[in-house]
Amino acid sequence: MSRLAKLLFAGVLGGSLAATPIVEVSAQQVAAKSSAKLGLGRLALPEEVSAWDTDVRPDGKGLPVGKGTVKQGDVIFQEKCASCHGEFGQGVGRYPVIAGGIGTLKADRPDKTVGSFWPDASTFFDYVKRAMPFGNAQSLTNDEVYALTAYVLSMNDIVKDENFELNEKNFTSIKMPNAAAFYPDDRETAEKHFWKKDPCMKDCRAATTKVIGRAVSVDVTPDSKAGPKVD
Amino acid sequence: MSDKPSAAILNRRRFLGAAGLAGTGAALSAVSAFAGEGGKPDPLITEVQDWNRYLGDGVQSRPYGSPSKFEKDVVRRDVAWLTASPESSVNFTPLHRLDGIITPSGLCFERHHGGVAEINPADHRLMINGLVEKPLVFTMEDIKRMPRVNKIFFLECAANSGMEWRGAQLNGCQFTHGMVHNVMYTGVPLKVLLDEAGLKPNAKWLMLEGADAAGMNRSLPIEKALNDVLIAFAMNGEALRPEQGYPLRAVIPGWEGNLWVKWLRRIEAGDQPWQTREETSKYTDLMADGRSRKLTFAMDAKSVVTNPSPQAPLKYKGRNVLTGIAWSGRGTIKRVDVTLDGGRNWQSARIDGPVLDKSLTRFYVDFDWNGQEMMIQSRAIDSTGYVQPAKDELRKVRGVNSIYHNNGIQTWLVRAGGETENVEIG
Repeated sequence: MSRLAKLLFAGVLGGSLAATPIVEVSAQQVAAKSSAKLGLGRLALPEEVSAWDTDVRPDGKGLPVGKGTVKQGDVIFQEKCASCHGEFGQGVGRYPVIAGGIGTLKADRPDKTVGSFWPDASTFFDYVKRAMPFGNAQSLTNDEVYALTAYVLSMNDIVKDENFELNEKNFTSIKMPNAAAFYPDDRETAEKHFWKKDPCMKDCRAATTKVIGRAVSVDVTPDSKAGPKVD
Repeated sequence: MSDKPSAAILNRRRFLGAAGLAGTGAALSAVSAFAGEGGKPDPLITEVQDWNRYLGDGVQSRPYGSPSKFEKDVVRRDVAWLTASPESSVNFTPLHRLDGIITPSGLCFERHHGGVAEINPADHRLMINGLVEKPLVFTMEDIKRMPRVNKIFFLECAANSGMEWRGAQLNGCQFTHGMVHNVMYTGVPLKVLLDEAGLKPNAKWLMLEGADAAGMNRSLPIEKALNDVLIAFAMNGEALRPEQGYPLRAVIPGWEGNLWVKWLRRIEAGDQPWQTREETSKYTDLMADGRSRKLTFAMDAKSVVTNPSPQAPLKYKGRNVLTGIAWSGRGTIKRVDVTLDGGRNWQSARIDGPVLDKSLTRFYVDFDWNGQEMMIQSRAIDSTGYVQPAKDELRKVRGVNSIYHNNGIQTWLVRAGGETENVEIG
């Protein structure tokens, strides 16, 4: 055995004989070590950034130049959207209902639509531009998305005039009816009582505990014996 | 590979089938069902079996191994009526057939909004743009040259147990709790990538975007991004599965699954959240007063008994193993309590296996069952002192329309015959 090999061998043995602690390195530690630039990746070209960066924010940042009217939106909607969302936005099958439902959010079965629930109109533009029509994403022009947004706003009585034209200049003037009803996560205060010192262990409730509901009576569980075909 | 079932295998199948029926019948025995019963020797022992005589398949008959053919029923399942189309849908991990803490990659539940994107890693790009010094594009090769880490985390869909707000609905822990999995990820800390691009001081939020047909996008606060978020390319030691975002996904420890953008293609830095569809119209929590919480990221501590459960009833009196999983998006699991009498009396379960930050934790109660009816529940307590609430305690605060973040205590009713049901008690 060469001297080098002996040294290496001893190193391996030594390493395995010593009690090796499990190394837990935090993400920050790894990142800190590499804070000097790695020199990986390349500059993104402006054409590349604009091809992918289509997102739109409530303050209007990201809105492209374009325009479309309620009337134009109606035509596009009936052609490209109504087969899933229904002629009046009422939803076909289990596809999303996108119109109506205003005033139902406290009801037993709320209808969460663009009009009754969505806090920002920009969300609709951003989403339709990136993901609709379902199965043919990113096929709509900016003008078509403006027109569809205008039409869905009018379906929800948020704009009243069928000649209304939506564009990048007047977009942020649209106010959604349910915008004020959202508030940030407050679980750590509103649910503070879930942090309990000593949860009860003995005689915590009456001995009369009864079954008050059964999944088998609802009977919506798929037959787990049949299951999907896996061959 | 030869797949002709031998007579012995067919016999064994019939045997197991009959035993399965006996197990669900009223006649529960305290001993194993078939070993030498009635003094008759067990032919499985006294006769030489085919697999003991003939050669089995050689190496390379399964170049990528899969589970035994006797495990065919251990699969993800969906609930067809839940969603409009299978491309924007979900299926569920068979928790009742798993043990330990790691979920096998092929059983990790799926949730897609535009189907599974099939992307050749050579064609995948990750862009970082927005409030950065230098907008950058990375290839997968670039990312694999960066310092990487290995971390185990649970991923729970915010809508896990979402069907159960109004009462017991689905009869099986696969369906009530199966939108959770636990995997070891290999990936690069997001901070490494952000440092490479150089965040501007006013960058307070990131938007993560997928390359799928939903163009999934979510906003992420910068503190979290710099703390423990990973950009992962491997799970359980191998490349991500296509259903889990191959070739690249975000790992957002302890936070709701929807943030873990799959097929990750772009990260934009900005000074405020984007208010995307999935963080406004979905994944917000509608309260009884008609208002809604938003940006509810952390997953509250939760647990469920996976055995027994409706899909895994008790078969024997006498010795049994109760097991389940617990997890918390705020830290580690400190303790799990189990009750067999509907919450009247509790005992602390035995935790076995690693107890890791924001990971599934496995618990057991080894017990004797005399055939009495039981109402089984488990209650997780995490390292912040949070105690998993009863369903009614949760409803008191949140009503029944919030869909997401249902971490209420689950009740299984075990009947005298061993059949187990999802029930609500009061």
